[in-house]
Amino acid sequence: MTVLRPIVVVFGLLLLWQSIVWLTGAPPYILPAPERVVAAWWRVSSSLLSNAGTTLLEIVLGIAIGALLGIASALTLSSFRRLRLWLLPVLVASQAVPVFALAPLLVLWLGYGLASKVAMATLIIYFPVTVSFFDGLRRTDPAWIDLARSMDASPWAILRHIRIPAALPALASGLRVAVAVAPIGAVVGEWVGASAGLGYMMLHANGRMQTDVMFAALLTLAVLSVALYFATDIVLKRLLTWQPDR
Amino acid sequence: MAIATYPSDSAPPSISIENAGLHYAGRALFEGLDVRIEGGRFTCLLGPSGVGKSSLLRLIAGLEPRASETVVRLGSNGNSRRDVAYMAQTDLLLPWLTVIENVTLGARLRGERADTERARALLDRVGLLDRADDRPRALSGGMRQRVALARTLMENRPIVLMDEPFAALDAITRGRLQALAAELLVGRTVVLVTHDPLEALRLAHRIHVMAGRPAHLGEALEVPGMPPRDPVATAHLGLYETLLHRLTAADTAQ
Repeated sequence: MTVLRPIVVVFGLLLLWQSIVWLTGAPPYILPAPERVVAAWWRVSSSLLSNAGTTLLEIVLGIAIGALLGIASALTLSSFRRLRLWLLPVLVASQAVPVFALAPLLVLWLGYGLASKVAMATLIIYFPVTVSFFDGLRRTDPAWIDLARSMDASPWAILRHIRIPAALPALASGLRVAVAVAPIGAVVGEWVGASAGLGYMMLHANGRMQTDVMFAALLTLAVLSVALYFATDIVLKRLLTWQPDR
Repeated sequence: MAIATYPSDSAPPSISIENAGLHYAGRALFEGLDVRIEGGRFTCLLGPSGVGKSSLLRLIAGLEPRASETVVRLGSNGNSRRDVAYMAQTDLLLPWLTVIENVTLGARLRGERADTERARALLDRVGLLDRADDRPRALSGGMRQRVALARTLMENRPIVLMDEPFAALDAITRGRLQALAAELLVGRTVVLVTHDPLEALRLAHRIHVMAGRPAHLGEALEVPGMPPRDPVATAHLGLYETLLHRLTAADTAQ
């Protein structure tokens, strides 16, 4: 059943799509039928794959940098109380600025290449990673810390052996959110200004009324994002076997 | 078995507390409290919930900030937290470590080499050697508390402070664990906090009832015979009655 379920869902959605095309009689430049999109996919597949590679690289680099910065920030915030009083409001306020509004600025500063998109993805995932890991570090069971103190543990040993491992499930939730939203950052960055990537390809096809190519790129992006999410989920579950299943 | 008993080259330290005071949310939990706990014996602190038993225990363990006028003396060498092992209400096993890694947690936290040999021997004593490589999640509540007991013994401290360690267990498991604890902790200075008079009668050489607000410690009750005892033996029914009277009086005084 677990294998069958996604297949049924995908075929159901395809059927719905096809029937909307039949029922509304929409022209192909508004809503192309599934078989047109598949044909377009084959036609431009080499270009699609190389653009998907670009986008994937932006996403993965963004996740790596954003996660590292987020982990470092959470550790700093939880270790230095004084710093936290200054930085936490700044961190929260920074989230009030829509990241998408920063995209043109980032392209202006970092150029049309990879850097501006990686920066977008980094910015968009930095906050969920920081907040969830910081929250996990703050919520360590005080009784565990008492036990460690009664065993003459130094604050550093408590952080390393108790607070960090105890906060890993929270960090994992943050990373799941990060992986789910990182593609948004990369694609928005590509829309604002780029010469490669799936977002760039969609914009390019849109301007030429190649709606079927646009759909093919969109589908590729969706498959990429979903695959990335599930791969991350599997890795995290393998690493945190001790965590009770939800 | 020598692995569990405390080396008797020095006498087990007594504990003396003078002028202990602790305020919680602006109210005095206890003030000017004096108590002397004899070395090498099992002392029970009995009292209603919320009276401050756990706080007094945490004060001895050095887990509560001590007021400047409070004096806590552990043995002759004064005030060393290194003499104290602490066992809490819950097992506090770390879910990401295996059973044996939990038993050797102290060494890991201090950056020392863990004496795995000794840990395995202690696990054998609590009957869980075959579960050494399991995660705590795979164990029952009683097994987990036995691992916590092994972890406490692994620290090999002359003073063991226990805060209702058996409260969450069913009657049968609790009885078995009480017997095991009494056997394995012989020769150490043990302070056990409990709200269960039967548990106190079973394990203690000496019982203090803690009552009132601010709380004070009643005159110590000596329980005859060696623990672990049969708590419902007729010899102790008189003591049980006395304890219940004191607890009831304590409850109405609050």
